[in-house]
Amino acid sequence: MTAARKTAAPSSIAVRSNGVRGLWLAGIFALLVALLALSVTIGTRAVPWSDIGAALSGRVDDIGQAAVAVRIPRTVLALLAGAALGLAGAIMQGVTRNPLADPGILGVNMGASLAVVVGVAWFNIASAEAYVWTAILGAGCSAIFVYTIGSLGRGGATPLKLTLAGAATSVAFSSMVIAVVLPRADIAGGIRSWQIGGVGGAAFERIIPVLPFLAVGFAISLLSARKLNSLALGDDLAAGLGERVATARAIGALGAILLCGATTAICGPIGFIGLVVPHLCRLLIGVDHRWLLPFSAIGGACLLLAADIVGRVVARPAELDVGVVTALIGAPFFIWIVRRQKVREL
Amino acid sequence: MTMSSSSPGVIAASRRRRGRRHALVVMTLLLVVAAIFVFTLSVGQTVTPPGEVLRVVMGESVPGASFTVGQLRLPRAVLAILAGLSFGLGGVAFQIMLRNPLASPDIIGISSGAGAAAVFAIIVLAMKGPMVSVFAVVAGLGVALLVYGLSSRNGVAGTRLVLVGIAVSAMLESVISYILSQAPAWNLQEAMRWLTGSVNGMQLAQAVPLLLSLVVFGGLLLSRTKDLEALRLGDDTAAALGVRVSAARIMIIVGAVGVIASATAVTGPIAFVAFLSGPTAARIVGSSGSLLVPSALIGAVLVLGGDYIGQFLLPGRYPVGVVTGALGAPYLIFLIVRVNRTGGSL
Repeated sequence: MTAARKTAAPSSIAVRSNGVRGLWLAGIFALLVALLALSVTIGTRAVPWSDIGAALSGRVDDIGQAAVAVRIPRTVLALLAGAALGLAGAIMQGVTRNPLADPGILGVNMGASLAVVVGVAWFNIASAEAYVWTAILGAGCSAIFVYTIGSLGRGGATPLKLTLAGAATSVAFSSMVIAVVLPRADIAGGIRSWQIGGVGGAAFERIIPVLPFLAVGFAISLLSARKLNSLALGDDLAAGLGERVATARAIGALGAILLCGATTAICGPIGFIGLVVPHLCRLLIGVDHRWLLPFSAIGGACLLLAADIVGRVVARPAELDVGVVTALIGAPFFIWIVRRQKVREL
Repeated sequence: MTMSSSSPGVIAASRRRRGRRHALVVMTLLLVVAAIFVFTLSVGQTVTPPGEVLRVVMGESVPGASFTVGQLRLPRAVLAILAGLSFGLGGVAFQIMLRNPLASPDIIGISSGAGAAAVFAIIVLAMKGPMVSVFAVVAGLGVALLVYGLSSRNGVAGTRLVLVGIAVSAMLESVISYILSQAPAWNLQEAMRWLTGSVNGMQLAQAVPLLLSLVVFGGLLLSRTKDLEALRLGDDTAAALGVRVSAARIMIIVGAVGVIASATAVTGPIAFVAFLSGPTAARIVGSSGSLLVPSALIGAVLVLGGDYIGQFLLPGRYPVGVVTGALGAPYLIFLIVRVNRTGGSL
């Protein structure tokens, strides 16, 4: 509780000893490995262990092994997307100094999907690279747009103004998506299922082209940890410490946008991972971004994997898309944060 | 104090002047609605002279006009007006009560609650007709009370309510997407109604529940005009003026949710009408009187006009929600910018 509360007034950084942090790191790694194993073994079809072993070594002889072989890229995608979204959320909360920041809530993911939909419908983009570039462009434009609108007026970018600007922009973008898709019955079905947000249709040939973008995004994001720590002290103090505030923000935002755009290009807009994970991680290991960022990445991967597994189990024999599961988990969490903060801080 | 002898007369005169202006605005808006109504009835793919339209409306059977006017255009136009009135009225009530134009039912989850309930009732429970409306109204009220309850801690703060509403709305939107994606007969047109709102293929019988709800819930709202006017000045001022704030709020919520949810159950959540009507009315009316009736009439203009534009003035045919969504988005952005800059409210 205390650690997370300090995000609202981040004047003092909670001190956690490195031993405690190391312990949590080991714990979260164990959780990740366990979830990876579960993600490969659990599914709509029950598959015996022998088949799982065979499929992992690359054989697809019978239907059980084939089912597991489909789960492998799906698991990899969930791992990557979750890590990207968790990390992007932590960065956005640091850059905007806003406990409610999340790529979904701030409309960044919706901007990426609008760009992809427009690209598919009007410019006939088809290659995975084109998808990613378009999505990143859309994510960047909408991030700048929402931040600009949200920071006009008195008090700068308060959480309320940013959230409202993001929510309103999302509503506007989603009705534009519908306006673009509606006359195009040929692409509508594919876009609708992509729009909900899921990792179900993953395949390695769609994941590989995105990897360079994710790698650059991860690198930029993780390297901006020290800058985010300065920003957490407040703009004036950060400037006093010799940090170029605007540059620091821009670098952090660039990393987050790369991650969100690349993720949205393959998975569709998945919300709330970036909101929930950094808060939980802050409770565990404190507010130092050098620890928080990698933790949020691993935590995001865990949450998305868990949400995907839950989605496969609860609605058997059908599947619940992971975007639906994360919204159902994340929205109550959002409400909890809103209730906990003092109104003045919102 | 030298003014004291003349000031009662001055106040009375200015009150009369404002009253005249308000009446003028309402009359003009009524005329505009009537003009668009007659126009949409007589001009479509074919042009029917107003005389024939009148005879059809009076119940005569006119060869060549009875079908196009009586079966196609009339139900559509009537429902567009009723839905527009409902959205405009319910939207402005929320905006005044929460003193924030962004706190309209489309953004804080009331529309998505009613929409989710209607989709659930139609697809999962196989309900039809008025039962769907009842179900949607009950669910809309449930969502409204949930949002209200979750945002009350030492009294309900408008900001917290808006943020909680956004989260609830995100959750319900993903439920709608999920139910639609699981629907057995996958019909995009029908799905679009529940995502954007449409008056396609309406029958006159569907107007009955809408009319009833407008009389009951709309009447309730109009009977609270004085309370709303007082709440516009702030909760404390309203309390000082003798308004029992929480009781008045509950009544207004019931009335506004009633009209919004019954309209949503028939036409789907027509994007941004609830949001746009109030601020537009505020610009036209100024401080000359209540916003309720002007806003309702503007809602009717928006839906009726938007539907006509979507049918005939654009390449391809779009449901009204896409048109209002596209028109509403830039206005929404403008409004956020303006509200943020002045820090003021409606």
